[in-house]
Amino acid sequence: MSAHAATLERPGERGLSAAGPASVRIVVGYGFWIFLLSDIIMFSALFATYAVLHEQTAGGPSGRELFALRHVAIETLSLLFSSYTCGLALLAVARRQMRAFYLCAGLTFVLGATFLGLELAEFAGLISRGAGPSRSAFLSAFFALVGLHGAHVTVGLIWLTFMVAQTAYRGPRDFVRRRLLCFSLFWHALDIIWVALLTLVYLMGAR
Amino acid sequence: MSEHSERAAGIGDTVPGDAEGDHPGSIAIYTTGLVFALLLTGASFVVSQTNLLWGPGVPAGLAVLAIAQMGVHLVFFLHISTGADNTNNVVALAFGVLIVALIVSGTFWIMAHLNGNMIPASAIMEMSH
Repeated sequence: MSAHAATLERPGERGLSAAGPASVRIVVGYGFWIFLLSDIIMFSALFATYAVLHEQTAGGPSGRELFALRHVAIETLSLLFSSYTCGLALLAVARRQMRAFYLCAGLTFVLGATFLGLELAEFAGLISRGAGPSRSAFLSAFFALVGLHGAHVTVGLIWLTFMVAQTAYRGPRDFVRRRLLCFSLFWHALDIIWVALLTLVYLMGAR
Repeated sequence: MSEHSERAAGIGDTVPGDAEGDHPGSIAIYTTGLVFALLLTGASFVVSQTNLLWGPGVPAGLAVLAIAQMGVHLVFFLHISTGADNTNNVVALAFGVLIVALIVSGTFWIMAHLNGNMIPASAIMEMSH
């Protein structure tokens, strides 16, 4: 092994043309990755809209007056830890440790639901203070961008529920684990979008 | 890469993708990613809330921290790597980054020019009279 490792071509990693067809898991992951990139491109349009409109408050409240960073910090932590437990759930199901899988998937759901609850509470608070999406161009862009991310998290929670039920019903078979892989890619990508959202909307907006 | 060495040694004698526990991560990798992400998030909050950085430099600092954290998420959570079975993912990612950069920078460019060429609202009012 060590003699081979010194050469350029390692035995497990031949050139792409010589390697033969990729495994189903890699092809599925690639296809879903392309969907995620297209989703990120859709988000980038809303990010650009927000960046252009964030000072057009039409005499209404600005981000500095509206955003509560402590609230946002808890949202960030719950989403980050749910990403972590989602990864652990995938590891557990790959090792057929079903109890650990259900525990981690449950934690992922609870943390994701915590995030969603906090975000809905923030939206309700803003609307009750007269800072709803129709107040100014800034708030329209804000609700569109943050709301779309929240809608993705909602879809993710529904998907996770179905995947746990499917894993319980069909067992940790290959096709079930490929679907779980796609879900985890989706969930991690949402966390990446949240990093951009946190920085552009909340941290830069609250200054 | 224990999977590769196993396959080369003929131990993991299975079809690729059907191998037991073929998930490309480990608890150590996820935990490392979590620690890095927590540090970078904490740094972002500190930079935005204190005078640690020179005022006008704060947005640039926040942007750097955010991009670093996205990189951490890509490598440690999404397992984007330089491995041979990952080439297509990396190329697709590069294309996605290109499109995102075009949309964002193009929007700024166009909207800045539109703003510069807009007739002031007062002039429009006068024209309608």
